[in-house]
Amino acid sequence: MEPRHTISVWVDNTPGVLSRVTGLFSGRGFNIESLCVAETMDPEVSRITVVSTGDEQITEQIIKQLHKLINVITVVDLSEKEHVEREMALVTVRAEDKSRAEVLRIADIFRCRVVDVSPSTYSLEITGNHEKIGAVLGLLKNHGILDVVRSGTLAIQRPKKD
Amino acid sequence: MKKMTGAEIFLECLKREEVKHIFGYPGGVVLDIYDELTRHPEIRHILVRHEQAAAHAADGYARASAKVGVALVTSGPGATNTVTGIASAYMDSIPIVVFTGQVPTALIGNDAFQEVDIVGITRPCTKHNYLVKDINQLAYTVHEAFHIARSGRPGPVLVDLPKDVIQARTVPKFPDEIKIKSYNPTYHANPRQVKRALEMILSAKKPVLYTGGGIILSNASEELLYFAEALQIPVTSTLMGLGGFPGDNPLWMGMLGMHGTYCANMAVSKADVLIAVGARFDDRVTGKLAEFAPHAKIIHIDIDPSSISKNVVVDIPIVGDCRDALQQLNNLLQAKAPEDWASERALWLDTVRDWEKEHPLTYAWSDTTIKPQYVVEKLYELTKGEAYITTEVGQNQMWAAQFYKFKRPRQLMTSGGLGVMGYGLPAAMGVQMAKPGAIVIDIAGDGSIQMNIQEMMTVVENDLPVKIAILNNSFLGMVRQWQQLFYDRRYSATPIPAPDFVKLAEAYGAVGLRATKPEEVEPVIKKALRTPKPVIMDFRVEPEECVMPMVPAGKAMHEMLLA
Repeated sequence: MEPRHTISVWVDNTPGVLSRVTGLFSGRGFNIESLCVAETMDPEVSRITVVSTGDEQITEQIIKQLHKLINVITVVDLSEKEHVEREMALVTVRAEDKSRAEVLRIADIFRCRVVDVSPSTYSLEITGNHEKIGAVLGLLKNHGILDVVRSGTLAIQRPKKD
Repeated sequence: MKKMTGAEIFLECLKREEVKHIFGYPGGVVLDIYDELTRHPEIRHILVRHEQAAAHAADGYARASAKVGVALVTSGPGATNTVTGIASAYMDSIPIVVFTGQVPTALIGNDAFQEVDIVGITRPCTKHNYLVKDINQLAYTVHEAFHIARSGRPGPVLVDLPKDVIQARTVPKFPDEIKIKSYNPTYHANPRQVKRALEMILSAKKPVLYTGGGIILSNASEELLYFAEALQIPVTSTLMGLGGFPGDNPLWMGMLGMHGTYCANMAVSKADVLIAVGARFDDRVTGKLAEFAPHAKIIHIDIDPSSISKNVVVDIPIVGDCRDALQQLNNLLQAKAPEDWASERALWLDTVRDWEKEHPLTYAWSDTTIKPQYVVEKLYELTKGEAYITTEVGQNQMWAAQFYKFKRPRQLMTSGGLGVMGYGLPAAMGVQMAKPGAIVIDIAGDGSIQMNIQEMMTVVENDLPVKIAILNNSFLGMVRQWQQLFYDRRYSATPIPAPDFVKLAEAYGAVGLRATKPEEVEPVIKKALRTPKPVIMDFRVEPEECVMPMVPAGKAMHEMLLA
């Protein structure tokens, strides 16, 4: 499989910027695995975290092409740096009779939070990296997943330690 | 300061950008701008007959004048008709600003009459674009649009102007300075990289300069000439770079690539150091990528970092203005003790000249049929190589590139990247506006010319004495050539009947001339050049002539078909 890259993009917080960024990916045949966008502490700036796959040359092109967009302020390939990644998933899973305790046990082991309860279901909030969320969903699948929604990846660079 | 309308502010902005000519077409939502134009005699508006031509004319104007070309059109179809012209300018990095009218802001998104999301449509084919929603942003946006179009790697910018913004009133603030925190092109090349590059070039035995449109856009021809002559390095260029190096200089090898010269393609294939300046390793240049310049270390100078190592991995990348980088190279060179580069290079230059002698650009002469190459040769000869040439796309474009020896930059205007049929006539209009009194010739095909033939009326109306040389072979010649070579001569949809071009010229109020035999070519050209009016020259040429040499698609550069 081609390597995954997590790229942070700071952009002007103006209308149409997201479509400039996503249009660039689709127009040039670059892949988007996931995407997260929100305002930063500066309301004039948004930060996009995009996960893409591709070899070194493609990733270099993605970064250069992003830089070329007038509304893009900074681009950082976090994969080249010490960083932490998190995703979130919300999942509603069937939990009746015997399986109720088992679902809770899985939630406990993976430090999920129960965000909603009904007589026959639990809704869980899972946070972690891409692989952990995959692992939890894999275990819950046996009990019957009724609904699931996953976020894209968020990533932050670790500060340099002296 | 008193309040001004959006239309008044807009025209004042154009004045401040020193715009003298606009190519445009009116419509419902830009009525106020057109009304305001009547109070600005210092700005000349040229009414085109189709909005695509407005964009191409602005493009031709920009190339010839080194200024920003301007087009103004209405919303909806007016806007969408410019898209081809914008996309062509984008591929060729030509600075134009296209202003499109838009329905009033309150109606945007309502599928109003003549509404289209032109900002959405042109996002991938503009350098940047804007929808102006607030009249207080208008003056700044126009100024920024011109700044972005002409700076860095130039390109087209579109500004969408809703009718209510044009009609609103405000006390305007005209900005003097533009500061965009996210946009800062690198002009100054890194001196350390330049030094490394020079060392590599000085140690080369078989260096080749491969130059592109960047030489012309950055006005670097003089610096290029100095550098090439000082080190005795042979030069080839892309279609876009023609004229950037004198076509009659002994170091000139001709164009490279799919229809490049044998000499240029062989030199690149055998080079040990390839110096790419303002070129982008387009597929029509490289042929089979894996076998492009296989023995060469590559130095790449370009103002756009994304052009570097996009197609070909580069050994020494230099991001910066071509002219700046070449100036630095020349300065370093001058500081060195002089060496006898002519004798150092003799062996390599002899090899290059042998290739040139072995397979020069040529064609089989005919006493009875006009060869299209002969027409271009005669045009070159009879204009003393001084004319501005525009081309359409296809065989006409390649023969123009091969047989007209361009002397100076900004002499050839051609839709290189996008390859737009119908570019040449409107571009010639733009060139003639920028260079009144100059000889401007559109070298056309009988297919291409029919794509924007309506502009004959524009050139006649505006007394633009452009000359159109149609290499009329009754085919869509380049496609036919591929069918002949690779599809067993099944000429599917390539025979293309044309009107009587002589009568057509006359119907438009221009002059029509025809040559059917070789001996008629020269008199027809001479007569056209003497005629102070637009002229169509209909040259009935050999129908099945092919552009040679040719590197078939997917083949390496040295695997050329020669005849």
